[in-house]
Amino acid sequence: MNKFTLAMATTAIITAPFAANAADSSDPIVIPIHNWSSQIVMSHAVGQIFESMGNNVEFVTTDSQAVYESVRLGDVALELEVWEGAFGASFRAALEKGGLHDVGDHNAVTREDWWYPMWTKDACPGLPSWEALNACADKFKTAETGDKGRYLDGPVDWLKHGKERVDALGMDFVVVNAGSAAALWAEIGAAEKDKRPVVVFNWTPNFAEAVWPGEFVEFPAWEEGCDKDPAVGPNPNALYDCGNPAKGYLKKAAWDGMKDKWPAAYSTLEKISFTNPQIAEMAKFVDIDEMEPEEAAAEWLEANKDVWMAWTK
Amino acid sequence: MTLASTETAADVSTGFTKKQALYGVFGLAVLLVLAKLIGILPEFLNRIPEAYIPDYAATFDAGFNAWRDSITTVTRFFSERLEFHLKVTAHLLYGARVHFFNPIDWLTLMTVSSGAVLFLDNRKAALATMITIALSGIFFTFVVGVGGQFGGMSQHALMWVFLVTAAVLGGMMAWKDNTFSPLIVLGVVFVYALILNGYKLGPLPWTSIAATAAVIGYYLGGWRLGLLGGGTFVWTALIGQWKLAMETMSVLVVAAPAAFIIGILLGIAAWKFPKFDKVLRPILSILQTLPFFTYLLPAVIFFKVGPTAGAMATIVYAIPPMILMTTLGLKKVSPEIVEAGKMAGCSRWQMLSRVYLPAARTELLVGVNQVIMLCLAMVVLTAFIGMPGLGAKLLAMMNSFKLGRSFEIGVTIVLLAVMLDRLSKAWVVKQPEHFERGASLWKRHFYLFAAIIAFVGFLLISQVVEVADSIGRKQHFSKGKEIDGIIKGFLDIDIVQAVTGWIRWFLITQVLIPFRDAMLWVPTSAFILFVTSFSLWLGGRKPAVFAFIFFCFVASTGWWDRSVITLYTVISAVILALLIGLPIAIYAARSETWSKRILLFCDTAQTFPSFIYLLPAIMLFGINDVAVIFSILIFTLVPLVRYTVEGLRGVPPEMTEAADMAGASRRQKLLNVQLPLALPTMAVGFNQAIMFAFFMVIIAAFIGTQDLGQELQRTLAGTDLGKNFVLGMCVSLMALTFDLTILSWAEQRKKALGLSS
Repeated sequence: MNKFTLAMATTAIITAPFAANAADSSDPIVIPIHNWSSQIVMSHAVGQIFESMGNNVEFVTTDSQAVYESVRLGDVALELEVWEGAFGASFRAALEKGGLHDVGDHNAVTREDWWYPMWTKDACPGLPSWEALNACADKFKTAETGDKGRYLDGPVDWLKHGKERVDALGMDFVVVNAGSAAALWAEIGAAEKDKRPVVVFNWTPNFAEAVWPGEFVEFPAWEEGCDKDPAVGPNPNALYDCGNPAKGYLKKAAWDGMKDKWPAAYSTLEKISFTNPQIAEMAKFVDIDEMEPEEAAAEWLEANKDVWMAWTK
Repeated sequence: MTLASTETAADVSTGFTKKQALYGVFGLAVLLVLAKLIGILPEFLNRIPEAYIPDYAATFDAGFNAWRDSITTVTRFFSERLEFHLKVTAHLLYGARVHFFNPIDWLTLMTVSSGAVLFLDNRKAALATMITIALSGIFFTFVVGVGGQFGGMSQHALMWVFLVTAAVLGGMMAWKDNTFSPLIVLGVVFVYALILNGYKLGPLPWTSIAATAAVIGYYLGGWRLGLLGGGTFVWTALIGQWKLAMETMSVLVVAAPAAFIIGILLGIAAWKFPKFDKVLRPILSILQTLPFFTYLLPAVIFFKVGPTAGAMATIVYAIPPMILMTTLGLKKVSPEIVEAGKMAGCSRWQMLSRVYLPAARTELLVGVNQVIMLCLAMVVLTAFIGMPGLGAKLLAMMNSFKLGRSFEIGVTIVLLAVMLDRLSKAWVVKQPEHFERGASLWKRHFYLFAAIIAFVGFLLISQVVEVADSIGRKQHFSKGKEIDGIIKGFLDIDIVQAVTGWIRWFLITQVLIPFRDAMLWVPTSAFILFVTSFSLWLGGRKPAVFAFIFFCFVASTGWWDRSVITLYTVISAVILALLIGLPIAIYAARSETWSKRILLFCDTAQTFPSFIYLLPAIMLFGINDVAVIFSILIFTLVPLVRYTVEGLRGVPPEMTEAADMAGASRRQKLLNVQLPLALPTMAVGFNQAIMFAFFMVIIAAFIGTQDLGQELQRTLAGTDLGKNFVLGMCVSLMALTFDLTILSWAEQRKKALGLSS
């Protein structure tokens, strides 16, 4: 190898990163996916939009709470579904540490709270009011909860505050934490046959709505500060004495470095906004029609060109 | 026939007999319980007061945070090296993109390859391999870059000139010296080079992989294994899980060799240097009993999200058995062989590579088998931290309540596991073939050529026939919805519901809750002494000391109540497993065919991914301790039944004949001859059952528990490394207490019965 070629090669290697600055980097944009369908399909849809713009995209499966740490460090580039109720705390914590930022809300709103399938109303007609629920607490009792009713809360790592709310409102319920979303569905599925009344943690948008029609329990309406200031809400001495926000946000978050590394993709991300029916449709492709997430995303993009084409401009 | 009693000689050094010590410790424990009963027990003996609990987690975190940056720099460096190789296999198996390259990766490739050639063949070949790879590395780094352009001459042309030269060189060596390894190693390097230059090699067609697996299976174990090897991949493709399975395999084919290489090197080191061995052993014991959640969080923090972290956790998890089997094998090499080697004038390297390692072949291959199985189990479980593939799909399917599809994925995993297990076991048994001098190349390497022909043949076919390349979504035969219906239908049968409903009520209210409350009521101090006296009674002085120290540590972490609940779940499950498993095993051991059937069933049950059991358990019993214990029970039954069957069938026929001649009835024979003789083997199974139970009880957090597992799950959401580690140690130390005690007892029994080898 002569000196000239070596010099040329070295120059090429050194200048390569600078040359890339003008357009999006050819490094893959790493998009995290979690374990619920709408997020997986949405991530694939957005990934395919990025790909259509000439970017490289890679997906990694991550824990939905730990992901904010990964976004912060730049291990993944963005997060498409930041639920106010479920991930608000982790998101805000990461925001304070720095490294990621808010890229705006989706049009969709989210809600997470105590929920029951419709057949429960037969046993407890006063629903959805929480006082009525409390009055028929004995309808929800099980072998392990004795005389009190059982409320099946989400897994501990979702950091819900079911127990605090039961204490704050003086309800006759015992809070049992399911270990996973799958455990919640198994319990509803098992109750379905003999229409046993159950009250469990649930959220919308979610595939379960299509499988088991149901309603949220109406607790005292959420007021700002209910989780920080005991004075807020009906019980002046307790936190968590009201329901979760009925119209929670659904945000997008991005790694701070994304804007510089993939400017075109970033500007698209800023414009992206899905609505509740769109999310439900994407989830349905996977959960009801048994498509693979990639295909569901492709199908959705094909049918909704007018929606997403505008985002890429 | 009566057997010698378990009492051992008086312990001279302390002046106490074992019996006295036992009565002392046990008596003290009973006194403490009585004291609590009449209400005179001081509170600090009941539960350690909060104020005295040292904050291990905070100390650990502080220490860790001080070093965090330097540690992560190092670990991230390693994770990038690993990621590179993962990317290459991912490219081959499912078409992922390789987008970075670091000269150091080439250095690793060079070291490992030439090391392998040196071991398999000779110095000359190794040197040639090393130079070839080094040259190609320099070439890639300075001339091409990754996918870069080389002025004037096309990089591809240059690369081809270079690689063809290397291939011809390797081929000549193969022809002349009958050394095939350089050719194979260079082939691997060739593949790396092609991929790095942007050639799209993957994803390989499923027919090629299936056909190659069939040839390997046939070579190792005849048409049955050939069918198993090919059939597994055909099933995977037809059921529409090809890509998922390949995502899993792509990690496995990197993690298993990595664990093997690291394990064998550490094993040799431990065998050479007894001091190192002494340090290593306790670490290995802890690693083997740490709950897998404890592997996951550090993996995420230190090794990025996704497959890399998963692969790292998998490797660490699979190393210990390889180390242990290596040391065991090397120690067992008979002095005659060593002598022969010395007389032949072997150098130290030759002694190791030509005498010791080949002589320890069986143990090493058993180690390989264990490494593969552990890797597969872990690759599925690491779905919790974002490993793509079968495990991730399984989790997603379970989270959207699709029992049928989950079941199908479970079947694929079992098939893969059984296939890998059988093939590697067949490899253990298969002795190296030796050919006459002058046998033709074709004859000597018939199967190698057959595999290559099968592979290339289908590769060519798949270029023309699309179905041979990949099977699309609309073509596969998944019956997810139908199986869903069957499972739900079964769970809906009134009798099933009535029976499980009754079991649930009975166990919860009459057995489990009282038992749990009783265990929680026992004062901490008395609890520790009870455990200690149990260890003393069964295992002897040394295990008892460890039991005391370990449980004191657990008490001092402040997680006592949760630890007790964990222990309660484990004990309940193991007792139930004993009640169910022993009769089955004793019955099955009576006949050859039933033994075989039961053992086959055990194999299958063991490889079925553990968390699939969880959903049916919930649907049958609801989210409570019964479901948790039920799911643990299925898992713990397996080793209990297996070792009992093997223990009973291993009783020397002279003994049973003697009993028959003495006119013993069937019952007498079983109780007085067979069971006592089988007991040491059964104890090993019992021990494994407890270890499995400790493993499963943590996974059962997936159902919903109030034990250490739940807290561990909580830590996974954040970055609570210290707490995660402390909780893991609690589980590990409790498990180790049982492990030490029972194995020590089994060892003593074996000696007493003259069964030890």
